[in-house]
Amino acid sequence: MTERFDVVVIGAGHNGLVCATYLARAGRRVLVLEAGSAPGGCAATHEFAPGFSVSACAQWLYQLHPQVMRDLRLESHGLKWLARDLASIALAEDGQHVTRRGDRLEGVAPEDAAAFGDFQQRTGKFVKLLARLFEVRAPKLVEANLTDRLTLARLGLGLKMLGKDDMSEFMRIILINMYDLMQDTFDNERLKALLSLDSVLGARMGPRTPGTVFAYLYRQLSREFGFAGVGLVEGGAGALGQAMAEAAVAVGAEIRLASRVASVEMVADRAVGVRLEDGTLIESATVVSNADPVTTFRDLVGYPRIEAGTARRVSEIRYGSGSAKLHLALDGLPAFVGLNPEQMGQRLVIAPDMDYIERAFNAVKYDECSQAPALDISIPSLHDQTLAPRGQHVLSAIVQFAPYQPEGGWDAHRQDFIDRVLDVLARYAPDIRERLLATELLTPQDLEREFGMAGGHWHHGEMSLDQVLMMRPFPGNSQYGTVVDGLYLCGAGAHPGGGLMGLAGRNAAREIIKREGRA
Amino acid sequence: MKKYDAIVIGAGHNGLANGAYLAKAGLNVAVLERNPYIGGATVSRELHAGWKYSNCSYVCSLLRPELVRDLELPRHGLQVVPYGGGVTFKQDGDHYGNYYDSNRRFREMSRHSRRDANAYERYTADTMKQTHLIRPFLLKRPPDPTSLKLRDLKDLVEFARPFIGMGEEGLADTIRFWTKSVGDYLCEYFESDVIRAHYAGSGIIGTALGVFSPGTAYVLLHHYMGDVDGNVGSWGFARGGMGSVSAALSAAFQSYGGEVVCDGDVGRILVRDGKVTGVALRNGDEYHADIVISSLDPKRTFLDIMAEGDLPDEVVGKARNFKIRGSSGKLNIALDGLPTFNGLDKRSPLMLGDMHFTDNLQRLERAYDDWKDGTWSKDPYLDMLIPTQTDPTMAPPGKHMMSVFVQYAPPRIHGRDWTAEDKAGFEKSVIDQIARYSPDFKDLILHCETRTPKEIEEEVGLTEGNIFQGELTFDQLLFNRPFPGYGQYRGPVDGMYLCGSATHPGGGVMAAPGANAAREILRDLRRPDIVPGGYADD
Repeated sequence: MTERFDVVVIGAGHNGLVCATYLARAGRRVLVLEAGSAPGGCAATHEFAPGFSVSACAQWLYQLHPQVMRDLRLESHGLKWLARDLASIALAEDGQHVTRRGDRLEGVAPEDAAAFGDFQQRTGKFVKLLARLFEVRAPKLVEANLTDRLTLARLGLGLKMLGKDDMSEFMRIILINMYDLMQDTFDNERLKALLSLDSVLGARMGPRTPGTVFAYLYRQLSREFGFAGVGLVEGGAGALGQAMAEAAVAVGAEIRLASRVASVEMVADRAVGVRLEDGTLIESATVVSNADPVTTFRDLVGYPRIEAGTARRVSEIRYGSGSAKLHLALDGLPAFVGLNPEQMGQRLVIAPDMDYIERAFNAVKYDECSQAPALDISIPSLHDQTLAPRGQHVLSAIVQFAPYQPEGGWDAHRQDFIDRVLDVLARYAPDIRERLLATELLTPQDLEREFGMAGGHWHHGEMSLDQVLMMRPFPGNSQYGTVVDGLYLCGAGAHPGGGLMGLAGRNAAREIIKREGRA
Repeated sequence: MKKYDAIVIGAGHNGLANGAYLAKAGLNVAVLERNPYIGGATVSRELHAGWKYSNCSYVCSLLRPELVRDLELPRHGLQVVPYGGGVTFKQDGDHYGNYYDSNRRFREMSRHSRRDANAYERYTADTMKQTHLIRPFLLKRPPDPTSLKLRDLKDLVEFARPFIGMGEEGLADTIRFWTKSVGDYLCEYFESDVIRAHYAGSGIIGTALGVFSPGTAYVLLHHYMGDVDGNVGSWGFARGGMGSVSAALSAAFQSYGGEVVCDGDVGRILVRDGKVTGVALRNGDEYHADIVISSLDPKRTFLDIMAEGDLPDEVVGKARNFKIRGSSGKLNIALDGLPTFNGLDKRSPLMLGDMHFTDNLQRLERAYDDWKDGTWSKDPYLDMLIPTQTDPTMAPPGKHMMSVFVQYAPPRIHGRDWTAEDKAGFEKSVIDQIARYSPDFKDLILHCETRTPKEIEEEVGLTEGNIFQGELTFDQLLFNRPFPGYGQYRGPVDGMYLCGSATHPGGGVMAAPGANAAREILRDLRRPDIVPGGYADD
């Protein structure tokens, strides 16, 4: 007998779980189907060497929306913060580091410190404006209904309220690159690199790429959501996935792991359920895909079942990633030059100047590996005893940049690239190789395979200006609904985009409830 | 000491167009030019006896037809001859020919990719849609969305109307077009490397961005929005070189009673009690007027020829941060005869148009990487034309003149000035690039004039040698050109105005900034508006 649910959510990523929870709370019978063996998607922890575990994809928590956290009561479902508001330290080979703690800087000239104060104040206003825009569905501009008009009116008013100077500054910088903005604002090279790295993490963009200021402000949403820096939870990011799954189950949603959806079932232009890989059919009037738009339309719906024009739109989405993850198991704490253990527990950044990041980015444009990649490093075991055997440590690094497919395939490049990253690390922690017990490199291809994200892009498509707001995931398909009736998107590929914030899932659930009524 | 109603600094095409309209409205106007000759970058000079050709800008299309008609430029000697054709040579000996004839182009495209041949029509239609959107706004003052003035709000509504008319998806497409890279844009239509590369060049010419930098699709548009004889997107040669454009503008200006002063190198804009009173030349001469219009870029205007004390602090800061960025150079090569190119008949119509030697987007992007590294491109992108096939007046009989625009060349090499060796190295990289596809090219060279950004700056006064007087990036377009608060031609001091390519709608031999500035000045003087607005001729 065929099972029936009100809603089937494809993928138990954090947005899928958030969406499922809100829908279940609204009285719907919700089933979440997850291909993997644990809930959470990119909020995952895995053991990469015996006794050593690490957050496999997202390594920091800093954008979780406070409303989502409250509504899901995540802390009562086991989410335990071990560190919040960590500092970011831009490492120097000679130990003259630049440290950013929230709005304060250490290790820079007074002029830069003062300029940073102004910068924070100004960008703070811009972030606030954007946050309000991201907490609701992206407004349509021409076919705007009352809801959209209100959003637009609020945005317009918000812009005017900035005052003439800030408004024109906002409209100027929102479109430009970090490189120029940093050059105009600061002198310290390491500071400029520290801030501009924030704008390219997870992206296939360099500091000189126009639109990176937008990407920077997007990351700075954290400030609006109550985070002054990155944070860690006990058990790694997987614990967040676990807590969200418990929250969903607590309000009546059902989660099935190891259940890979093969296709969305359709009658005419309407989704009527999903078929699993093992052939099982599950019927539901509403299907919500937490998978990225490319996977959703290309693989689960299938191009033959949608208009050629829409298929073309999907194929034009840019989802090439430039990020890899490196995990190191260490038999002790490495000796980073000029850092004490307390400092090593902060977010460490290796990017000496913006040109360094730009050069690292150049390589990936030609599907090559960066000669000297930029790194965003976490040593979570300093905060979390559960990740490594006592006295031993785990180092996790986001590596910018690595191509999806280097010439000759990853097998031919993997070890060489790991060596390159270790060379970079060794400049700042000379004993890193002596401490090494095991390594794991997750290339964009590995991330694609492990987390089901097309291209391994952890934002489910580039967060560039041509792919955000009503252009996300593509024109004619905004506001979570799709060209297939009854099929919705709730993942990072939908507005507002990537990052562990839960807004896409929450906004999608609200939209579904609004369109289809409360159960 | 002489007294005028208005003084225009710089006799480039914008300065002359501005002066022409002010004079036509009855003002007593002088245009002061630093060089002993007029034209700025719109110039034909005879640097070698018998050879008179376009030394800087080299093709014509953007010059607003409204102005051509209104100022009667053809009567003053301007004749623009359209050209067709164009080719990109491939490294394997083949080429892509951009035939003017559409059937022939379809066959040629099909040779490289049938799919691309079919996509071309969609590509042109989509690009033209954007072109027609922007064209009516070229001869208008950009509305300031931060202002609450009635005129701005009205203009804003007018500006927004065609966008709203596109429908939700059309509008989203338009926003995407404005924010994406020319590389991504072309990849959405074409699969053939050489076809992508052929059309991508227009997205980076004169710009310090790469084909994969977002925003370059707009630069492509900037090269498509002109026309020759109403044929939108076409380009042509000004007969007698681009100097004929400035000569015609100057003749029009003088026919209205204006005065052109060459060797008039302005050293200071004079300001008293927050109002301009005139200008002082570097030789000490003074010219007085209540209105001074600078066609120079904001760096030169505010940082060189105005005293810091006469300006609000924010203007100095904004002028410093204005992005000019030289990114290109030029070679003018005199040839003993028409060179032979691999696989191309000398009588081929493809020879008449723009020729290129970069056959994929990766090579184009790598050329940009060299610029970022502070050096000229080792594998440069060239926009090469042999205009003497169309206009034989530019060279002695039987000889030919080749105009080679080179992308990229930085204003400084690794942070220091260009040396003679650098210049020679730059020149060699260009000559070698051409010679790789033309066996007899090197033997035909009679002389070669090489201009790095440094020479362009010194000769023409374009800071950093940027041909647009400032980058055409979003942050410096429309009401933000040159920078926020000063996007409507008025300067920070009473009676002071800007009219160069650093104002809306930007660079290229368009003359629209000059005309738009004149309209604002006449408005401030409460005189009738005689400057044509954008015709709805599309």
